[in-house]
Order: sequence, then structure tokens, then C-alpha cells
Amino acid sequence: MANEVILLDFWPSMFGMRTRIALREKGVEFEYREEDLRNKSPLLLQMNPIHKKIPVLIHNGKPVNESIIQVQYIDEVWSHKNPILPSDPYQRAQARFWADFIDKKLYDAQRKVWATKGEEQEAGKKDFIEILKTLESELGDKPYFGGDDFGYVDIALIGFYTWFPAYEKFANFSIESEVPKLIAWVKKCLQRESVAKSLPDPEKVTEFVSELRKKFVPE
Amino acid sequence: MDEEIENKVILHGSYASPYSKRIELALKLKSIPYQFVQEDLQSKSQTLLRYNPVHKKIPVLVHNGKPISESLFIIEYIDETWRNGPHLLPEDPYRRSKVRFWANYIQLHLYDVVIKVVKSEGEEQERALTEVKEKLRVIEKEGLKEIFSDTDGEPTVTNETMSLVDIVMCTLLSPYKAHEEVLGLKIIDPEIVPGVYGWINAINETRVVKDLSLPYEQVLEILRVFRQMSLSRS
Repeated sequence: MANEVILLDFWPSMFGMRTRIALREKGVEFEYREEDLRNKSPLLLQMNPIHKKIPVLIHNGKPVNESIIQVQYIDEVWSHKNPILPSDPYQRAQARFWADFIDKKLYDAQRKVWATKGEEQEAGKKDFIEILKTLESELGDKPYFGGDDFGYVDIALIGFYTWFPAYEKFANFSIESEVPKLIAWVKKCLQRESVAKSLPDPEKVTEFVSELRKKFVPE
Repeated sequence: MDEEIENKVILHGSYASPYSKRIELALKLKSIPYQFVQEDLQSKSQTLLRYNPVHKKIPVLVHNGKPISESLFIIEYIDETWRNGPHLLPEDPYRRSKVRFWANYIQLHLYDVVIKVVKSEGEEQERALTEVKEKLRVIEKEGLKEIFSDTDGEPTVTNETMSLVDIVMCTLLSPYKAHEEVLGLKIIDPEIVPGVYGWINAINETRVVKDLSLPYEQVLEILRVFRQMSLSRS
């Protein structure tokens, strides 16, 4: 049976971006299907009945859900090239820790930055900057989070970059001035083909977030 | 006396913490000798803060001086480092993804709500209990067949087959009888979620869980005190 890989996704999703990058890192041919989240496809509902969310990775008809689980799955199935997680168990535990940190902390904080205003937004912005600074400190002087090679934590984080101009616009601040080393890391990642091909134009994302913001923050 | 550094394993935890208990289960399943350091969660030690500066939480596993945090990742680390003994995650990547998904699901969607049922009363408790029952039905309907795909959804748990997801479920709901007694509520109804009921009972029959369980009266006491403290705070 040929390797049939379908990705149900939504173009501005920073989670979907992770899976796209992982598949491309491994050179896996896949069919990308855009989901309309206001009108979810029967396939999406069937393959992720519990959360009904994207991204959904369907490999030979079998679904894998949750972006961070998908990235690990992809690394384990297509283990012949471009390892995503390091081979050393201690380094792997560190990588998982930091990807989890991003999931636990960054997502909620960034949401406050674009979906709220006033005091709540200010507090969200402070948290968000704090979290980025923690990540920048963890990166240190390494080229990538895992060291010399692009990997798991880089993949977990890079998609958020496409939302940076939106955060800056709606909360009125400059991310580069807060975390210049992190932005340097972003630029390095963007040079990678798998990343460049998987990330949408941040301008388009900003337009999208702009529309979305109207639902949460009536003008 | 020279200290044996080779393969020195120290677990910083707390006897009352289910997260800490997860690591003890994993270490015992793999027959790994370890030293347990009881941490005072009200007054965290400098050691703990040094080992887990980001979250400042237990459990932390220290292996040959190197700290690992977050219970789910500690368990994966244990599984990858000590290759002898039972596997805590399946070898097959698809089945691994299912075990990770459901361990995550229980952690993210069930843990806090169960704790809420213990900590609250009245309408708040009712709402939390409704949510718990809903999530248990999801596990019954969608989870068991994926977790126990090699036995057609029939939960079979032994010392040799206990996995990450069994460990996560165990540390939440193994003491369900004590919960039900303290709260005067039914949480796991064998009529409504017979598979989940069977699963937890199978977990509770394993030797490792029996060995690590606190005496029933002590569990009741811990729950009562926890509930009382939470209610008086609210």
C-alpha cells in the first residue's frame, strides 16, 4: 500500500504549520486540504470526533491528532532522514519540555494580545513578552533550540512568527526590540525550505486576525 | 563512604501528589531503585527551584545529577533510558500516538474537573461532575478502542503491559471509591461507563498499584482534609 498522507488544515494555524514543516523536513508527499472552520468537512468530523479541530494528519486512512503528537509521529515513521527530536533521551526530554512550555504558556498569552483590549491586553502583552524572553534565554547562543540542528522546538515555535505583525499592530509594540536574538533565529529558520514553504505571508495573517479581532473587540 | 554516582536516581516529589505518584509507578514498573525526596510544597526548597526554575513544580527526576521535569516527559525519559523491563509506550508509532493523545486528553480535560468536584459544592460541584461524566463517556466511546486496540477495546492491564495512559488514569481515578465515599456522589457508574469502570478496576488489581497505594483510611483522610481546606478558602 502506497504511503497516502492527507493533512486537514487551516492556513493561518500556527499548529498546522508545525505539521506542514515536519512533513516537508522528511520529504513526505502529502495532500493539503484547506478546512472551512465554519463548515467543517465530514472527513474532519469523522477523523477527529473528539475535538473536531485541525490539524488532522491522515496516514493511510488512519488519523493522528494534535500537532505536537503529529510531529513526533512523523519523526518516528519517517526516521531515515532529518531527525526532528534528538537521539539522546535527556535532550529529548528537554525538547519536549520546551515545546510543552510553548503550548502551555505562549498560546494563551498571544491570544490576549490580539483578542482583547485595555488592561487585559496590557497584562497579556506583558506575559507574552516575558514568555518570549524566557524562550530567547533558552535559545542562548545556539543556532537552534536543539543546538546545531533545526528540530522539534524550532518547529513548535516558528509558526507563531507569522502572527507577530498582528500582535505588534494590535498591542502597539515591537517584538524585535524586546527579543532581537529570537528574531535573528526566526530569520535563520525562514531560510529553510520546509519552513519557507509552510508559512503563510504574515501580512495575510494580519488581515485575517484583523477580521477575527472584530468579533472579540467590537470597535 | 563513596557515593555511587553511576545511575543515581532521585525523585523530588510529594506523597500526596498524583503527579509524583506517576513517576513512582514508572520507576517501580521498570524496577529502578531510587531515592525519594519529599518536597514541602508550601515552602519550596532551593534545590527544587534550581532543578525546575520555569515551573517550580514537582515531580522532578534527577538522573546522574541532571533534572527532568513534567511527569509525562519524565515517563518517556524513563522508558527510553531503561530499555529493559516492560515498555511504558508501545513500539508502533501509530499506537504511541494514541497513547500520547489519550494521556494528554485525561490530563487536560479530566484532571482539573475531577479536582473541582472534590474542591467544590452545590451548583459548581454539579456542573463539574456533569463535565467529568461527559469526559468519561468520551473515553468509553472513543478512547478504549484506541488505547486497547490489540484487545478490541477490552481493557487489559498487568504489571507487564501497564503504559503511560494507564499510569495517568491510575493516578487520577484509582482512588475513586474514596472520592465517592467522601463526596457522597457516584463518579464512575458501571452501568453508564462499564469499560472505564473495568479499566480502573484492572489497574487497581495490578501488583505495582497495590504496592504503591496508601491505606484506604489514609486516602479518605487526605481527601477530607483537602476538601475541607478548599471549601474554607473559597
